[in-house]
Amino acid sequence: MLATLRWVIQRDATLAWRGRAGVLSTLIFFIIVVSLFPLGVGPELSVLRTIAPGVVWVAALLASMLSLDRMFSHDYLDGSLEQLMLTPQPLSIVVLGKIIAHWLVTGAPLILMAPVLGVQFDLPPKALLTLVVSLALGTPALSLIGAVGAALTLGLRGGGVLVSLLVLPLCIPVLIFGAGAVEASITGTSAEPHLSLLGAVLVLALLFTPWTTSAALRISME
Amino acid sequence: MSLMLEANALECVRGGRTLFQGLSFSLASGELLEVSGPNGSGKTSLLRMLCGLLSPAAGEILWRGTNISSLKEEYLKDVAYLGHTNGVKAELSPWENLRIYCGLSGDRQPGAEKLSAALERMGLDEKEAAPVKTLSQGQQRRLALARLLVGARSLWILDEPLAALDSVAQRLVQAVLGEHLKGGGLAVLTTHQPMDVSAGRTKRIHLAPVSEH
Repeated sequence: MLATLRWVIQRDATLAWRGRAGVLSTLIFFIIVVSLFPLGVGPELSVLRTIAPGVVWVAALLASMLSLDRMFSHDYLDGSLEQLMLTPQPLSIVVLGKIIAHWLVTGAPLILMAPVLGVQFDLPPKALLTLVVSLALGTPALSLIGAVGAALTLGLRGGGVLVSLLVLPLCIPVLIFGAGAVEASITGTSAEPHLSLLGAVLVLALLFTPWTTSAALRISME
Repeated sequence: MSLMLEANALECVRGGRTLFQGLSFSLASGELLEVSGPNGSGKTSLLRMLCGLLSPAAGEILWRGTNISSLKEEYLKDVAYLGHTNGVKAELSPWENLRIYCGLSGDRQPGAEKLSAALERMGLDEKEAAPVKTLSQGQQRRLALARLLVGARSLWILDEPLAALDSVAQRLVQAVLGEHLKGGGLAVLTTHQPMDVSAGRTKRIHLAPVSEH
């Protein structure tokens, strides 16, 4: 099973590397959206510091929505999704591999970029650290939850918008706890409760979504 | 135990229309099933059903006497499917495509000789490192067929295997299919051209549209 996971991750990571432009657009979208706020709101540091957690987190959420539609649709169109579904391994393992690969190429770069963007909002070092930790816990959860939506809307016209409508409401807890953690660490209270809850969301998503996603894929492929 | 694929009273409903019903057949080692019928008569649906991608509206499919929906991955270990899309990644080379297919099939370390041999047999040995998107339609089809050679699965389910192939490749496919049947394999395929496979016994099913009244 681990071997299967490794093969799927390797496959998708190689494919993402060969088609770098698509992956980079997610990261650039994130950078631009976050950078627009200091320009639009003005250089008032106290205001920027107040809005920073929400802005960075909403941008991360939107960036991850933007990339969701590539998780299965390319494989669906060229028929390789059928071949993946006929792999003699449990489908949820294959799906989990695809989700991990998706997170590695779209979620992980956001985490690396976030501290740099946080500086634009004059976040103190401690808050920057919390931002990174919260994104590290939150973005995998976003990929996991998003996978269900991506699988359900597979092959539908206008699936990109539909998937956002389906998935965004489900991502609200991640947004609240993620932004809450950063805010707590700016105001000097403990970020730990928020991070624990974020961790709990991640564990729950990890347990249920690969299974739900594979059920959704089976329905979409019928 | 000999290999046996059986279908009992299969019914297929797509988009509210019954495409076929009461379809039964059995296929043993060394036998080929040719499914024919006009466009839209449910040939592809039947093949997808036999792979377990589509569940039948009624009836059951048995592999070695057990329903395939309870066998799940055990069944898939024996099945190779070629759909009307090739299922190969355009960004990867033919060699990488085959290697990943073997890896996912459970080969711990897919042997380089085996992959090269399959590509050579399909006449792709000169193209093995070029990205698949630079290959022609027919060459991509050949690559999809090369999967059958490396997979060593006993049941081949092929949707229009001859589509986009030139006459040399068509003869090659028929030869490969003949060897597969001679080795005790089974095959189900759809085609609009008569297949000339001398090695195995050929059964034929014609799917005619179910009349509305």
